[in-house]
Amino acid sequence: MSTGNTFLVLSAFLASGVEMVEALTIVLAAGLARGWRSALTGLGAATVALAVIVAALGPALTVIPLQALRLVVGALLLVFGLQWLRKAILRASGYKALHDEDAIFAREIAEARTAAHVERAGVDWYGFTLAFKGVLLEGLEVVFIVLTFGSAQGSIPLAAAGAAGALVLVAGVGIAVRAPLARVPENAMKFAVGVMLTTFGIFWSAEGAGAHWPGSDASLLGVLAFVVLSSILLVRLLRRERRLSLRTAEVRA
Amino acid sequence: MTWLRRFGMFWWQFVIGDDWLVAVLVGLAIGVTAVLAAASVAAWWLLPLAVLAVLWLSLRRAIRSARA
Repeated sequence: MSTGNTFLVLSAFLASGVEMVEALTIVLAAGLARGWRSALTGLGAATVALAVIVAALGPALTVIPLQALRLVVGALLLVFGLQWLRKAILRASGYKALHDEDAIFAREIAEARTAAHVERAGVDWYGFTLAFKGVLLEGLEVVFIVLTFGSAQGSIPLAAAGAAGALVLVAGVGIAVRAPLARVPENAMKFAVGVMLTTFGIFWSAEGAGAHWPGSDASLLGVLAFVVLSSILLVRLLRRERRLSLRTAEVRA
Repeated sequence: MTWLRRFGMFWWQFVIGDDWLVAVLVGLAIGVTAVLAAASVAAWWLLPLAVLAVLWLSLRRAIRSARA
């Protein structure tokens, strides 16, 4: 498998895994607090909606010329990836709270238990909409990543295989554990996804703009190393700055 | 109109996120890359450096707004 394709599968797997862990937390909260019928109906309806989006957009993307596609997809991925990376760096340096599935689960359960019971079409409406919105919104990110990565690399099925692997793993562990997957190193995974999205974004948008990478696809490794090292450097700089400002505040107090 | 507005807001938040300046600067950097490439000048180095600068700037803005 080429460097680009290996990155493609790995990125789709990691990004999808992170989003699926978040979706699982919401479905579990809806199921435990409002009943499994409404939660699973919401999950099913969102899955159908996502399948329709993939079926509509997937074939349309394959007819766009590759260079134009890489320019647009690269720019989108770069902006999208920088959002992830920025949040991940802020979390790693202590400026933003770490993502905590247990805390999110507790909050969702508390909100779901106090919401009024309204039944529509035979299901509890709150449980249905909670599961539906959660899966649809987290799933949209998976769809976006799979379609953009897959189309720009010329293999949507390979990206879909990475996402399917994550689905099997997260759903399997979720059914076995029946609790939020708090032990998944979600913050580290989000950091890795931010790095991958930014790397692919840089690579494809430069190619789409007409630049030629020395070493072609192999230069992805160089871009990846640059993004990783830059991110680590930024985390260290911000951590030091935060420590210094906390110490200064303590001395003043 | 309200539905259309919410739809637009959703996609804006989904792709652009908290810091619109990132999208503007990334667009500018890609534009400059295209201009250099069209003039047959090696342009592959520009985006990685631009991304590092944009990321640093965006982080500073996020920290400043968190402190305010």
